[in-house]
Amino acid sequence: MKRRNFLRTSLGAGLAAGTFMSLGGYEKAFAGKRLPSGTEYDLIAVMGGEPAAMFDMGIQALGGIGTFVKKGQKVLVKPNIGWDVVPEKGGNTNPALVKRIIEHCYRAGAKEVYVFDNTCDNWIKCYKNSGIEQAVKDAGAKIVPGNSESYYQEVTIPNAKKLSSAKVHELVLSSDVFINVPVLKHHSSAMMTGALKNMMGVVWDRGFWHRNNLNQCIADYALYSRKPQLNVMDAYNVMMRNGPRGVSVADLSNMKSLLISSDWVAIDAAGAKMMGREPSSVEHIALAAGMGIGKMDLSSMNIHRMKM
Amino acid sequence: MKSSALKHIRTVFAVLVLLLLAFLFIDFRGILGDKAFGPILYLQFVPSFLKFVIAGVAASTGFIVILILTLLTGRTYCSFLCPLGILQDGISRVGGLVKRRFRRYGYKKPYTILRYFILVITAGILALGGVYVLTILDPYSTFGRLMTYFAQPVVLVVNNLLAGLLGKFDIYSIYRVDIKPYEIAAYIVPAAFLLLTGLLAFRYGRLYCNTVCPVGTLLGLLSKVSLFRIRFEESSCTRCGRCAMACKSSCIDFLNKSVDVSRCVNCFNCIDACKENGMSYGLVRLKQRQASPEETDSSRRTFLAGSLVLLAGGSQLLKAQGTVPTPTKDSTVKEDRLYPVSPPGSSGIEVFTSRCTACTLCVNACPTNVLQPSVNQYGFAGIMQPRMDFHSGFCNYECTRCTDVCPTGAIMPLMLDAKKLTQIGKAVFIKDNCIVKTEKTACGACSEHCPTKSCHMVPYEGNLLIPEVKDDICIGCGACEHACPTRPYRAIFVDGNPVHEAASKPETDELKAVPSEFPF
Repeated sequence: MKRRNFLRTSLGAGLAAGTFMSLGGYEKAFAGKRLPSGTEYDLIAVMGGEPAAMFDMGIQALGGIGTFVKKGQKVLVKPNIGWDVVPEKGGNTNPALVKRIIEHCYRAGAKEVYVFDNTCDNWIKCYKNSGIEQAVKDAGAKIVPGNSESYYQEVTIPNAKKLSSAKVHELVLSSDVFINVPVLKHHSSAMMTGALKNMMGVVWDRGFWHRNNLNQCIADYALYSRKPQLNVMDAYNVMMRNGPRGVSVADLSNMKSLLISSDWVAIDAAGAKMMGREPSSVEHIALAAGMGIGKMDLSSMNIHRMKM
Repeated sequence: MKSSALKHIRTVFAVLVLLLLAFLFIDFRGILGDKAFGPILYLQFVPSFLKFVIAGVAASTGFIVILILTLLTGRTYCSFLCPLGILQDGISRVGGLVKRRFRRYGYKKPYTILRYFILVITAGILALGGVYVLTILDPYSTFGRLMTYFAQPVVLVVNNLLAGLLGKFDIYSIYRVDIKPYEIAAYIVPAAFLLLTGLLAFRYGRLYCNTVCPVGTLLGLLSKVSLFRIRFEESSCTRCGRCAMACKSSCIDFLNKSVDVSRCVNCFNCIDACKENGMSYGLVRLKQRQASPEETDSSRRTFLAGSLVLLAGGSQLLKAQGTVPTPTKDSTVKEDRLYPVSPPGSSGIEVFTSRCTACTLCVNACPTNVLQPSVNQYGFAGIMQPRMDFHSGFCNYECTRCTDVCPTGAIMPLMLDAKKLTQIGKAVFIKDNCIVKTEKTACGACSEHCPTKSCHMVPYEGNLLIPEVKDDICIGCGACEHACPTRPYRAIFVDGNPVHEAASKPETDELKAVPSEFPF
C-alpha cells in the first residue's frame, strides 16, 4: 500500500482525477449489452490445420467474424501472454492465431484492435519473446501495456461469492467487442487453464484470487457484465503437464486443434475433455456451470466438428 | 599548449561521457544491449581495478590505462572520465551562474592530512578484504547511486506524465513504469553524498575531489611526477590572478607562480582565463616548483571531519534499527531466513560482498526489479549492495542481464544455460502458512510460476493439491516466493545458498500418443 500511495502522490492528483472522470462512465455504458445470439452452434471444433487456417475455417461456420464485430467498433483481443517463453514452448497463445484474428476484425471494419495481458513474467520480455507483439504490429493493431496499476479501474461484480469487486484493465471497459483467445494448458492448481482462467490477465490483483478461493474467484469473475462475445481456444500445442509455464517441449501434445464458442464454460469443458479430464473435475468449470454462466454438458451441445 | 580550445574539447568530451554514463543508470527501458556496458565502463578506475585485482579478470586493464595516462598527463581522468567529477563541474558551474558574476575561487591550502588519511584507510581496509569503505567513496559508484536513487525517479515521473498524456491519444510507445522506492535506510549514504558533493561543488569547485575522493588523492600522488602539467610562462605572466580565480581546484598560487599538480584536474580553465598566454599545458620543466602544503584551514577541516563522523554515526543508528513485521491473523509462521540471496554469477555471498561497490547498475538493468539495495541483510558493511528481494520481483528464468553489466566482477558473466542450473538458494515451504491448509482452498501460485517445477503440487485432502519442493532442481529464482499470496509471511520462501551450488536438470519423459479424434 505504501508504494501505491507513493505512486499516486507522485503522479499528481490532477492527472489522476482527469483519467478517472474520462473512464468512469464506461461501465454503465456497456452494462446492458447482450451477447450476439442466433449462432447455430454452441461450439466449433477444428482439427488438423495450422492455427490461422483453422480459425479461417472455424469462424466461417459461425458466419464470419462479422457476426461479432461491426463496422467502426473498437475490439479487444486478449490472448494469454503470461510467460517469457518462445512460441514453440506452448506457454502463450500462438502468435499466428492472434494475428489472423486481428486481420479478420479489420476486414469486418473494426476501427481499432487492441491487445494486452497482465503478464506473470516481466511484461516486456513476454510481449517480445511470445512473438505476439510482432504479430500484433504486423496485423496493424495496437499492443498496450498492462504493467501499471494506473491502467486498471475498480468494478463491482454482482452476485459474486468471493470476488465482489476487481480492478479491471481500462481496455476491457472501453472496447465494444471483447475476444478472448486463451491457450489450452495444464495448470498446477486450477488443473487447467482456458477461457475462464484467462481473465486473471485482465485484472490487477491476482493475489486476491489465490488468497480467496481461487476456483470460486475464477467462476465469480465470469459474472461480471463485460464478458467476451467470442472465445477462441488455441489447442495447437497443448501443455499436458508442468503447466502453466512448462519445463520443456516434452510437455506438449501436438493436437493441432482450435475451439471457438461464445460460451466460455462450454469451450473450457471441451478443452478439459481434450486434456483427458472430465469437465466436472475441473472445479472452476463446475462452479461456473453451477452458477448458470454457461453449459458444461458436452453431450447436450450442438457441436460442429471439422477436420482439415 | 596555450589554446583555450583545450578547455572546450574537455567540456564537450566530459558532457558526452556524463550523458552516456547517466544513461546507463537511467535506461529503465533496457535500450542498451547487455554487451554495451563492458566497453563503456572499461576506463572507470575503481570497478576496473577491483575486477582485475580481486576478481582476477586479466582483461580488465582499464585502470592500468588510467595509471599510465596519469603518469603522462596528470589527473585527466578526473575531468574527462570521472562521472562524479564531471557532475560536480556542472554543479559548480550552476553555483557560478547563481552568483551572477565572475566566480572567484582563489588559492586555498590543501587538506593534506585528511586526504591521505582517507586514502590510507580505504586502501588499508581493502587490502584486509573489506570493500565497504571503497563502496562508500568510489566516485563511479557514488555517481551511480545518485543517478539510481535520485535522477531515475525524476525521469520516471516525467515519463509517466507523458505516457498518461499520450495514452489519451492511443499512443503506447511510451509506457508507465511504477516507481518503487527502495528500503528507506538504503537512501542514507546516497543522500549524504548528494548533499556533500552537491554543496561542496556548488561553493568550492573540486574540493570534494581533492579532499575526500580516494581516487583523486591516488591519482594526485602520481600527478606529482607526471610528464605533462599546467605551468606558468614566466615571460608572459603578469600576476593578474585570473588563473587562480578560475581554478575549481583552488590549486594555483599565482603570487608564487606555482601549481599544486596533485590537485590539478586538467580542466584547462586557467588557460582559457589567462589573457596574456601566461598559462600553458606541456612537458614538465626540471626546476618546476611544487606548491608545498603549509598550514591548513581548520574550520573546513572540522566541517569535513564532522560530516564524516555524522555519516558514521548515522550508519551506526541504522544498524541498531531492525524491522520486525507484526504478525496478523493471516499467516503465522515467520520465514526463517538464514542467508540473503546474492545474484546468479556472484558465486556466493562472501565473494559477492567482497567485490561489489554498490554502484547499483545491476539494480537498474534488472528487468524484474528483483535486485534491490540491501540494508543489513549482508551485515552492516554490505549496506546498499544488491540482494535478490523476492517480494519486489523474481529472477527471470531467461535472463542474464545483471551478469553482463557488472563492472567490478562481483557478478561474473554466465551463459544462459549455466545460469538456468545455478542454484542461488533453495525454496523452503511452510505448510502452516499455506492457503491450501489454512483455508482449504486451491491456490498453487508458487508452482504455477516455478520454471523448473521444483515446486510442484501433490495430493492433499480431498481434491486439493498442496506444494512440495524438490531441492535438487530448485534454482532459487524466487518466483514461488514472489507469487505466494499469504501475508505477512509467505508460505514459501527462498533461503540463500552462502555458496552457490549446481542444480540438477529437470527430468522429462515422453507423453502418450497425440489424440487424432475429438474426445467429445
